[in-house]
Amino acid sequence: MTAPCLTIKNMTMAYGHFIIQQDLDFTINRGDIFIIMGGSGCGKSTLLMHLIGLQHPYKGDVLYGEESLWQADDPTRKRILKQTGVLFQSGALLSSMTLAENIALPIAEYTKLGSQRIRQIVSYKLALVGLAGFEDYYPSEISGGMQKRAGLARAMALDPEILFFDEPSAGLDPISAKLLDDLILGLRDNLGATVVMVTHELASIFAIGTNSVFLDAETKTMIAGGAPKKLLTESLDPKVIRFLTRGDANHPENNTHHQDRYNS
Amino acid sequence: MINYIPCELKTLYKQDILEVAIVGDWVLDADPPSLEPLLAEMTTSGIKRLVFSTKSLGRWDSLLMIDLISLIDQGAKQAIHVDTTTLPEGIQGLLSLVYAVPERVGARRQNTKIPWLETIGNGALHFVKETHDLIVFIGETALSVAALTRGKARFRWIDLWMNIQNCGPSALPIITLISLLVGLILAFVGSVQLALFGAQIYIANLVGLGMTREMGGLMAAIIMSGRTGAAYAAQLGTMQVNSEIDALKTMGFQPMEFLVLPRMIALILVMPLLCLYADVMGIAGGAMVTVGFFDVSLVEYLHRTVESVHLMDLMIGIFKCAVFGILIALSGCMRGIQCGRSASAVGEAATSAVVTGIVFIVMADSLMTLICNRLGI
Repeated sequence: MTAPCLTIKNMTMAYGHFIIQQDLDFTINRGDIFIIMGGSGCGKSTLLMHLIGLQHPYKGDVLYGEESLWQADDPTRKRILKQTGVLFQSGALLSSMTLAENIALPIAEYTKLGSQRIRQIVSYKLALVGLAGFEDYYPSEISGGMQKRAGLARAMALDPEILFFDEPSAGLDPISAKLLDDLILGLRDNLGATVVMVTHELASIFAIGTNSVFLDAETKTMIAGGAPKKLLTESLDPKVIRFLTRGDANHPENNTHHQDRYNS
Repeated sequence: MINYIPCELKTLYKQDILEVAIVGDWVLDADPPSLEPLLAEMTTSGIKRLVFSTKSLGRWDSLLMIDLISLIDQGAKQAIHVDTTTLPEGIQGLLSLVYAVPERVGARRQNTKIPWLETIGNGALHFVKETHDLIVFIGETALSVAALTRGKARFRWIDLWMNIQNCGPSALPIITLISLLVGLILAFVGSVQLALFGAQIYIANLVGLGMTREMGGLMAAIIMSGRTGAAYAAQLGTMQVNSEIDALKTMGFQPMEFLVLPRMIALILVMPLLCLYADVMGIAGGAMVTVGFFDVSLVEYLHRTVESVHLMDLMIGIFKCAVFGILIALSGCMRGIQCGRSASAVGEAATSAVVTGIVFIVMADSLMTLICNRLGI
């Protein structure tokens, strides 16, 4: 279960010459629910763009298993990325197509299945995310939470080995967010997929995260990593603790920090 | 490439129990057997239970899942107990996810066929609604213009200047090109006929009058409809999609005043100037042909133009163009404000802004030409 699935090797990300994050080095193992966390604007979503082949790293590389994503030629990269599914922050469903057409799009493109089976797969994926019967709806006709779940159904269309999520629970009420977490966990367990998730939703981080990396905007690099629960108890970095406790003054780590300030 | 073991289903009857052995790799790339015979057997053979054997099952994905779901659904219809407990854990988990949320009653849409009479009726109702919306929009525009004259309309003057810049100077290159070519074409077409009488000098009259009364304004209007009308619709439509228009409303701004007025005023101010420019360019295009190909000097050409084109002709053209400006801004802004809340709706808004704009322009032009003709001006 601990075979490396995705390796980020000495990667630097930049817009032009403006460096966002540098010296990123970590491994995502098969079956992980890997959390990319950090404050707003630290480059979490940019990191995701690099992992899914939308943005070229300034330096360094991303390895899928043994294969390099960024040294590869276009057809190879396309093949590698076919094993991944991405759920964008707002679902990113194509608004001119119904949910069924959205999900059928990659299936029809990449498999030789007949229309009957494609229809069955679409219904199955929608049922998986709790949207049975919504095949003929347009994205604008359903709620934000449903759009997100439909986006998840599309991300899973080709049974990817790695699922990427950009802030899956942003804009959802706590109950819907919990249901989405459970769904992600259920899918990971049953499909054996690896999940990589950008989020700063603490509840989700602790509930389902098995491994993580913490990006810091000031030092422009990763300053912590590991299981989130373990990070909370073992990390000595005040930034990480403050993040994981929402800056809660009652937490012992923060308390000492505050008291120092009050006493001085 | 990975070699897959072909997938198949083997059935074995044990009294009233049907055992289905799932064999091979059930993945999306595979060529699965049809499920129809098995589904048919379930209805006819009178079995009571269906059990699975997965000893020879290799890899599996959604392909296996959809067939299992078909079997379970068929079992539920025929009162056959489908035993899923022997399936791998992952499959059982997924099945429980699939059946966790029952289909919402009434969610599924019926694919009803609409009779042709209803289609016509819907079309008529749609037309009535469109006309109603247009009248409402014109009314709201009039109200905001009234507010403007009382000095109560609120918009940013910088927006007005930006819009003037966008639809004025920035449009000059394309107006230059098109008007020059239209003047050229008019001169060539006219010259063929006039040369029959050796009256090439009258090309100047033809081009001068043609450009100033009709073509200059019309060409400018059609260019601006495609260039600016569509841009207005797309801008306002995207603002609608991003809830920017809602945000303006909650801050107490009237979108009609804040967004539509500066755009409309900009076009009304700029269109007459563009028309004048287009006229000059068209006459220059005509001069190129007349002076270059026929034995007419530039001075003669200009002299004929001055003699034939009266101030009234120029004014009529310019007035028409100001009207076109209103129509372009009206159709562009109206389609933008009415835009739905999706990416495709923005595309539709831009398309229909151009279509509506050009229809309005040509209709208004015909009407005004008719009126001028009746009045004898």
